Amino acid sequence: MKFAVLQFPASNCDQDSVHAFRTLGHSARLLWHKETSLGDADAVIIPGGFSYGDYLRTGAIARFSPVMQAVQKFADNGGLVLGICNGFQILCEAGMLPGALVRNRDLQFHCEQVFIKTNHFDTAFTNKIPRDKILKVPIAHGEGCYFADEATLEKLKTNNQILWQYCDAKGNLTPTANPNGSLNNIAGVCNERRNVAGLMPHPERACESILGNDDGKWILGSLIAALEEKRTAKAA
Amino acid sequence: MAQVTGKFNLYWPGRNCSLRRPLFSKILFECMKAKIIVTPKKAVVDPQGKTVQSALEHMGYRGIKAVHVGKYLEVELDGSDKEAARKALDEACHKFLSNPVIEDYKLEIE
Repeated sequence: MKFAVLQFPASNCDQDSVHAFRTLGHSARLLWHKETSLGDADAVIIPGGFSYGDYLRTGAIARFSPVMQAVQKFADNGGLVLGICNGFQILCEAGMLPGALVRNRDLQFHCEQVFIKTNHFDTAFTNKIPRDKILKVPIAHGEGCYFADEATLEKLKTNNQILWQYCDAKGNLTPTANPNGSLNNIAGVCNERRNVAGLMPHPERACESILGNDDGKWILGSLIAALEEKRTAKAA
Repeated sequence: MAQVTGKFNLYWPGRNCSLRRPLFSKILFECMKAKIIVTPKKAVVDPQGKTVQSALEHMGYRGIKAVHVGKYLEVELDGSDKEAARKALDEACHKFLSNPVIEDYKLEIE
């Protein structure tokens, strides 16, 4: 599978994402934000970082980069797009995902391992995650507090769009397990069509046992499995 | 340096001179200034505002009901068509300078 990892000025998890997909045995390449085409990419990864120095608002400037128009078109045609951390913020700013991400509740930058619970397993981003598995994933952000108005939140719930929520090691959604004050402990959501998803934690930083944690593989592995399934279905 | 400035001021209107404003800002360079204030929506948690509020209370300031920390943007514009500028900036505020999901904005043009 071919993954395109976008690269904006001040993206800093771009190389990690490329490395993670290559480690998992797939091809990944960087795509500069001024590109207007995604080439033959099977899926798009919008990596973490501080695109454009987080000026104005996180992701606010990056969403107007030429490559984002191509990503929008790609998603409109059903292409799979995953935004991680700053990538999640960019997708929210672009209106490709509902809600917005604001300053952490305690105004601190959080760099730690947290636990997340997967709620729905019917998406390209969650299909391989074992049911009842609580994933341990790293976070590193200052603006990861998810916010959506009441109507949007209701819609997210009815459409099963809340894919991941922060929880404790046993899977309880407690306020203390919520590192940034996100509404309903939300760590990641997908769009209504379920082909675009974003999450604040970094699965790409936790894909090798040598790093002490490979739970991220379940998320990236799901994406790979979904693409492979798509290809087989197409060939059949 | 002070001497030079003094001489200069003999035939150049000073910063506070009423002659200077109309002469330069209105006739020579037609320009406008837009002032945009972006504030977090009431429903959005504003930890910065809360922290500033508790700091003020700590300092002894009484009767503070709430503090909201936002952003102030100043945009300098060419021309004098206020209506056209308002229309363009309103769009820019909605699309880019503020995020309607979490923020409100006020736009003034002078």
